[in-house]
Amino acid sequence: MRPIHYLRCFFGIAMREWLRFLNQRGRFFSALVRPLVWLAIFATGFHFVLGVSIIPPYETYVPYSVYIAPGLIAMILMFNGMLSSLSMVYDREMGSMRILMVSPLPRWFLLTAKLLAGVIVSVLQAYAFLAIALIWEIEPPWFGYLAVLPALILSGLMLGALGLLLSSAIRQLENFASVMNFVIFPMFFASSALYPLWHVKEASLLLYDICEINPFTHAVELIRFALYGQLEPVSAVVLVAATAIFLTLAVYGYDPAKGLMARRAAE
Amino acid sequence: MSITPALAIDALGHRFGPRRVLKDVSFSIAPGDFTVLLGLNGAGKTTLFSLATRLYAQSEGTIRIFGMDIRERMLECLRQMGIVFQLPTLDLDLTVEQNLYYHCALHGLSRRDATRRIAAEIERVGLVEQRRDKTRQLSGGQRRRIEIARALLHQPRLLLLDEPTVGLDIASRQFMLDHVRRLCRDEGLAALWATHLIDEVGEGARVVVLHKGEVLADGAAAQLLGQMRASSMRAVFETLVQEREAA
Repeated sequence: MRPIHYLRCFFGIAMREWLRFLNQRGRFFSALVRPLVWLAIFATGFHFVLGVSIIPPYETYVPYSVYIAPGLIAMILMFNGMLSSLSMVYDREMGSMRILMVSPLPRWFLLTAKLLAGVIVSVLQAYAFLAIALIWEIEPPWFGYLAVLPALILSGLMLGALGLLLSSAIRQLENFASVMNFVIFPMFFASSALYPLWHVKEASLLLYDICEINPFTHAVELIRFALYGQLEPVSAVVLVAATAIFLTLAVYGYDPAKGLMARRAAE
Repeated sequence: MSITPALAIDALGHRFGPRRVLKDVSFSIAPGDFTVLLGLNGAGKTTLFSLATRLYAQSEGTIRIFGMDIRERMLECLRQMGIVFQLPTLDLDLTVEQNLYYHCALHGLSRRDATRRIAAEIERVGLVEQRRDKTRQLSGGQRRRIEIARALLHQPRLLLLDEPTVGLDIASRQFMLDHVRRLCRDEGLAALWATHLIDEVGEGARVVVLHKGEVLADGAAAQLLGQMRASSMRAVFETLVQEREAA
């Protein structure tokens, strides 16, 4: 197999992800509606409750809706990453995961390609959200729209890799639903998505520490700084490391000789 | 000079925890052979397929595809294999062509080659008119035909089919059997056809009888009928199972 075969394979996987996405337009709208509801209702309601002081990357006081926008973008990436892994569980149950797994290309490549294909769809949704968010005057500088692209890809990869890891460990859809509750909501609320961490620190030092080590916090912060053309280096490093760890474990999980598939078959 | 078998299984065993599901299974298939792997549900057929396609890790014995050990050269082995799984594996939200293009991409085929081969294979299974239909709209028999067409797109030399006719009507079953037998006869394809339906053995077929993870018999159907002085394959199968249970 030469590089061109890998490229064709990736293109095929991305194409399938795109076609599935087009076939499930409901998924697109619900993925957009969720953060928009937060923006339109939650942010408006909390506008006068939560004061946001001047913190980097903002140079002035910002409305609460502007503060939570990066968190809502990260929310889109997280839900898509989890839904993409939900489709892995679904695929495996329906048998089509087998078709992917018996392709004569290495498994790490197949899983990474599947992950990247999902991220492309997520990134398009994030931009759709940013376009609609203009209505609420969330207007980062024009270069922010470009600078945020690598941040979106890296965050999408990290969250997708986490979803992939979870899907390798989950046997049934019902179990997956509970993981949504135990993973998605704690990750979202124990982060800087809805409130600045200095607020959290005043309330609880323990919760602050949890937020600090939560990779979702770093996804939100990388996106927040990138929207203003700035790099948050600690977040970038944390995301690269988390992606590498989650992906390695997921590939391990899908290895028949070592991972969870073999143990699952034995049950 | 001896011909390298398309599939050679030697002393293959497998356990799910304490439960032994395959024990000392050995047989081989030559290029052009149509071999029926006959066994009741739970005999170990699907486990054997999962080991041969590396969905499960293999621990006892060896599996060779055209002389290559699957543990050493798995990716090369997968290139030589076409697989029809017991579970349906088509994406029902995609069209026939989209499903087939996806498979071609997974095997690294160019768009041009894929288009040419897809056209040829869907013509062979008689579903040209349905190529732009969503697979959800197809009947069970048509979906199975598409799965066979898909398994052949990358031009494998060994075809593995796990209970491909379960739930199909008589006409669809016959079509599938005839199609695969023709491929073996005309194109030298080796096929392993796993089934629990004894009437699919047919005259002239080679049969491997698998029961509770063990091979009870291996040979041409006519030869087994003669050896056991039986009038039908059903009688052969029942006698073999009874002897095994009594032992």
